[in-house]
Amino acid sequence: MAKQKLKRVDLIFSQECSCKDIIAEALKKPKEEIVKDLIDSGLKGRGGAGFPTGLKWKMAMKEKGNKKYVICNADEGEPGTFKDREILDRVATKVLGGMALAAYVVGAREGFIYLRHEYRFLIPKLEMVLERFHEWMEEFDLDFKVNLFIGGGAYVCGEETSLIESMEGKRGEPRNKPPYPTNQGYLDKPTVVNNVETLVYALMIMRIGAEKFKSMGFEGSTGSKLFSVSGDTPIAGIYELELGMTLDEFVQDFGDGDAKAVQVGGASGFCVPRKRFAETHIGYQGGLKGFSLPTGGSMMIFNSSRSMYNVLHNYLEFFEEESCGQCTPCRVGCQQLLKGIEAVKRGEKSQKYLNDLLRLAETMKLTAKCGLGQSVGNSFSSIVENFREEMIY
Amino acid sequence: MTTKMINLTIDGKKVSVPEGTTLLEAAKQEHVKIPTLCYHQDLCIAGNCRVCVVEVEGWRVLPAACATPAMEDMVVYTNSPLVRRARKDVLALLVSEHSTQCTTCYRSMNCELQELAAEYNIDNEIYINLLKDKNFTIDKSSWAIEKDESKCIRCQRCVRTCAELQKVNALDVIRKGADMKIATFFDTVMSDVVCTNCGQCINRCPTGALTERRYIDEIWEALGDPEKHVVVQTAPAVRVALGEMLGYEPGHRVTGKMAAALKHLGFDSVLDTDFTADLTIMEEGHELIDRLKRKLVDGEDIALPMFTSCSPGWIKFIEHNYPDYLEHISTCKSPQQMFGALAKTYYAEKKKIDPKKMVSVSVMPCSAKKYEAKRIEMNDSGLQDVDMVMTTRELGHMIRQSGIDFKKIKEAKFDKFMGESSGAAVIFGATGGVMEAALRTAYEVVTGREIPFNGLNVEPVRGMEGVREASVKLENVLPDFSFLEGVELKVAIAHGLTNAAQVMDNLVIGESPYHFVEIMACPGGCIGGGGQPIPTNEEIRKARTKAIYTEDEKMTIRKSHENPEVIQLYKEFLGKPLGHKSHELLHTKYTRRERV
Amino acid sequence: MRKRESAIVTAVEKYGKERKNLLPVLQDVKRVKNYLSRSDISEIAAEMGLSSAHVYGVASFYHFLDLEARGQNIIWVCKTISCYMKGSNDILLALEDALKIKVGETTSDGKFTLLQTNCIGWCHKGPAMLINDEPYTELTPEKVTNIIDEFHKK
Repeated sequence: MAKQKLKRVDLIFSQECSCKDIIAEALKKPKEEIVKDLIDSGLKGRGGAGFPTGLKWKMAMKEKGNKKYVICNADEGEPGTFKDREILDRVATKVLGGMALAAYVVGAREGFIYLRHEYRFLIPKLEMVLERFHEWMEEFDLDFKVNLFIGGGAYVCGEETSLIESMEGKRGEPRNKPPYPTNQGYLDKPTVVNNVETLVYALMIMRIGAEKFKSMGFEGSTGSKLFSVSGDTPIAGIYELELGMTLDEFVQDFGDGDAKAVQVGGASGFCVPRKRFAETHIGYQGGLKGFSLPTGGSMMIFNSSRSMYNVLHNYLEFFEEESCGQCTPCRVGCQQLLKGIEAVKRGEKSQKYLNDLLRLAETMKLTAKCGLGQSVGNSFSSIVENFREEMIY
Repeated sequence: MTTKMINLTIDGKKVSVPEGTTLLEAAKQEHVKIPTLCYHQDLCIAGNCRVCVVEVEGWRVLPAACATPAMEDMVVYTNSPLVRRARKDVLALLVSEHSTQCTTCYRSMNCELQELAAEYNIDNEIYINLLKDKNFTIDKSSWAIEKDESKCIRCQRCVRTCAELQKVNALDVIRKGADMKIATFFDTVMSDVVCTNCGQCINRCPTGALTERRYIDEIWEALGDPEKHVVVQTAPAVRVALGEMLGYEPGHRVTGKMAAALKHLGFDSVLDTDFTADLTIMEEGHELIDRLKRKLVDGEDIALPMFTSCSPGWIKFIEHNYPDYLEHISTCKSPQQMFGALAKTYYAEKKKIDPKKMVSVSVMPCSAKKYEAKRIEMNDSGLQDVDMVMTTRELGHMIRQSGIDFKKIKEAKFDKFMGESSGAAVIFGATGGVMEAALRTAYEVVTGREIPFNGLNVEPVRGMEGVREASVKLENVLPDFSFLEGVELKVAIAHGLTNAAQVMDNLVIGESPYHFVEIMACPGGCIGGGGQPIPTNEEIRKARTKAIYTEDEKMTIRKSHENPEVIQLYKEFLGKPLGHKSHELLHTKYTRRERV
Repeated sequence: MRKRESAIVTAVEKYGKERKNLLPVLQDVKRVKNYLSRSDISEIAAEMGLSSAHVYGVASFYHFLDLEARGQNIIWVCKTISCYMKGSNDILLALEDALKIKVGETTSDGKFTLLQTNCIGWCHKGPAMLINDEPYTELTPEKVTNIIDEFHKK
């Protein structure tokens, strides 16, 4: 096994300090200071969208009204991502700590953990943690109560407005944005929706300070992140690593020596071919040249035995099923991309048709109503462009 | 409080709009029309078709103009190469899951998708035809509405109409992904769900996915059959909208031309539903007075308020949703059905025609009338009273097919013995019209005097507000009606089923102080009916309504009880209002239905 | 007088009639009654003052709100890429063999329904499946046969 080159970080799962103490200390700070710390730290949403957390909390804080909500997005569904499950299993208290912080800053009295249906087995544990948490809230004199909301099974409900629609008793169809949830969210009230991991980092930044967090990663992609590693790797699992590593470094630590491609960010992320490993960093600066979006941190490694056609086909089948169906580019586009590559493979359409599909993928990125439809083109374009021969023969 | 103004740039021009204006509306202000499909003036914003996308400087995506509020310093391009490319792709995607058999489609030449596809040069060869591998259904179970899944672009206009505008909720979105579609409860056939047949969904469908059940071919056949005596009746709202199918602006009255065209098509008798509208007022007016007498004099626990019964969409709505309140509905049939019963009895007798050789056709602004004609109660003549109902749209098509130059045709009059009518009858077509007609007659019957409104125009019951109230004091009444002395007759008018539901919900909680309520299922009343020319919007409905009241003012007879043919009918055939013969032929009953 | 189904009345009383509680109500009723039938959906709609079409539209959106009768135990085998690479197809075949049914079907004794689902979050330990709420990971054809046997013994 290759020598471990990438430094492991231990913020998320560390037990070196009592969670209760961290929360207690944080709640003593003025709200504005907490917001400033988060903004300074450069913490961005760890679920995939990457919105600056401090800014999100600040926007909700500024909204008038005394009915606000904090929602923990635990609808982890991106293929290849399993880190939120682990967080909720091992350090759920930290998640609640992050929620308490958000509630304190924005002025929310009610919170929810939107838990995906497939994680129902965590309910008994979470209920126990919640009971203890509510006791702490009383001790700290913070009027904040959190309830569980269990999803019904829909990947698209990971999108924040779709999640909110689901919580309002409707189909999980994303809303038009603007308005954004911080302005008009759950029941049309200001709502902060944060990923599980983001909430833990928000709490831990109170513990280690913004400077320490900023000292990891680099500008625009500060701090560390949990990566869910799977596929052709001898050490599949969850690893907390600094942002900014190159895929070369990553594959050296995690690959099986024969890595052909790495899918960064799940089905809605980018596929990076071996020839680009050295030039690709993992961070929030979008686009494939030089950087890649971590989108929740899913890292799937494919070795040379894998058919990239099968991989793409699997992703497109996934999107075709999971699309909410409301907007034309996504609902019809996903079907066209899937049928398109099948037709090219079968020889029914010439390989030039792939160019039409690449153009369609671009249109989907620009015109789809939500992140799901906008991201289908990421894996499509990156796989077709880099593995074109595998689409045809 | 002054509205904040937003300054932005659209296609290079500086524009200033009130805060809250969408980019679509802002562009319209600058006389730039951004193409849309899921957007409809009457409905809430969806933003799902993605046809109206525009380019905004600095934005990573192309937002939907209909759903994006104008923001300070925005720089917007509505027709850049990027936008055009995106729009073409979106349209190509829609066409790829759409049946392109345009020549056999009822909405051909009036289809919003067809128009845009033609404008942008889109056919179904750009992408893979998705219909080939799909199991789509064409639901022809309903007598009124046909639903063709192969033409649905999933804009959800019908769902929003059925839910917000009509509160019927027969249609909804089901499943997700590639399986997502518009359907009913458990994807049941339309005939077996709470659909009221109001057809508002048809009026707002941009394509041929939702249409009315058509009888054009059957009617041509009947007209061409020398053995058949084909009579036709036309509803008031048809004559102020038919012109839209034949080159006229909305609100152009074409009564005479319509009658002439119908004669040219070959109908043996061109008669008028307005005749039986007057008759309905006679029967219903007396029924109201009778109910009041039984309550005030006999102390009976009679159901009040009484509701009008001429809107079959409303009837099915109350049967499904408020089945405990059916006794409130007037037992009078609608004018269409009264006509049907009399055509094969009274008319047949007078013209010495064998009713079995008659085909009774009606032209209606309505889709629910197609259902009404087939209700099992509607055969008091011994045969099906009304054989075929066609919509204003179908008549428009027939006239086009006949080759008549509608604009040049010379006007004609309706035939006897069911062709005479009053202004009170013609206003049935507008919301508040039935009420006004009823008041003009009831007031005079009870007091012996004309209703004290200038020009007989009972303004308080007119207008487009969803629920309206009015009251008329009955003073110095005739001796026979002494029990009504001093009574303030309270009435209400509602149009659109959401407003009907409001009135009913108030009744349920005991807050309904009225004696008589007029309900029309369609927004605007019959002029906005499910069989009227498409498109529909507030402006068009207002124009048609204005025409209705103008038509009323120009008529010599303005009150139902002064219609000479109606007087003759009672003298020769019926006897008196609510008499034995009336009850046999002109009254009906209702059915409790499930809420699913 | 409308007949009121007890599972539904209980669920609606527990969460409240407001529309926002529709998802938990649907889930509770589905657990008690195994799946959501036509009459369940229209009952729930009536109890909550919603339209039947809307409740059906919502229920049909979510993967785990079964609208078809299911067996006592529902097996969901993950078919997304990481599990696929680890051999989820073999697992599916092994299950079809052990249960004597094809995917999508229910065993004749009503004990099992075999279905597929998308990524359930065990990609590092694939192939994986859920039986009801419990995850089963690092599966092999032998392992699944044993799991089924254990269920039969219970």
